[in-house]
Amino acid sequence: MYRSFFPRDMLAEMDRLQRDMQQAFDLAPTIRGFGSNGFPALNVGATPQAVEIYAFAPGVDPATLEVNLERGLLTIAGERKSVLPAAEAKAAVHINERFEGAFRRMLTLPDDADPEAVEARLRDGVLRITIRRRASAQPRRISVQ
Amino acid sequence: MSNDIQTQRAGGPGAPEHADLKQAAPRYGNAALTPPVDVVEDAGGITLYADLPGVSRENLNLHVEAETLTIEAESGLTVPDGLKTSHTEVGLGRFRRVFTLSKELDTEKVSAELAQGVLTLRIPKAEHAKPRRIDIQVA
Repeated sequence: MYRSFFPRDMLAEMDRLQRDMQQAFDLAPTIRGFGSNGFPALNVGATPQAVEIYAFAPGVDPATLEVNLERGLLTIAGERKSVLPAAEAKAAVHINERFEGAFRRMLTLPDDADPEAVEARLRDGVLRITIRRRASAQPRRISVQ
Repeated sequence: MSNDIQTQRAGGPGAPEHADLKQAAPRYGNAALTPPVDVVEDAGGITLYADLPGVSRENLNLHVEAETLTIEAESGLTVPDGLKTSHTEVGLGRFRRVFTLSKELDTEKVSAELAQGVLTLRIPKAEHAKPRRIDIQVA
């Protein structure tokens, strides 16, 4: 379905094998499928204050990049143009592993993510999205009277 | 309700985001990811494109020795303190890939460009190896 972002990464391939095995036994997967190994590759983490999403989208024109947040669903979409020569050019393609074309990935955010406090930065082909968590959800110490 | 989030281009090298970069020991020793590449050859030479997300110019190392081209790079990604990862698709911050070149390529004239995490490498062919049309003698 998807092309692996790192096609020759042995660890990732083993990981994929393990996941495929798991999926074979999962009789009721989530409605959005198994959501892995698409483009851009995603790393997701959280601190007590914020949810951090790193999307690895090298070579994507910032003008085509679109980040949307709607009803707790984050969408990252855009397009990466092909670098391959046109068919009539006198050029040979020896290796073609890089992703090309339009992409769209979605992920559900936790309930305490604040849609009003989102920041997205693109640097060296990595899109970093920081979504603050609501203050009410942050841990706080209750003083004992 | 829908929110359009502003996507902004980060500044040049030395922006504050990189200042707190922790120079921690690599987590998995020398393990590295193999970056995906495209290689295209035309009459003038070979062009290689490699995806190196998160790599800035100072963390990229290109090496040509004899007929071996080595691409080594390290991601300068910063992670806030106390981050608990819940989903990881890129598990390493280091990239490495090696190619064997062939002798008609001019390794003295390799040019490289790194933009938005994509490396573009141009290896021209040596002058004597450039294509020429061979005249056919009609007897």
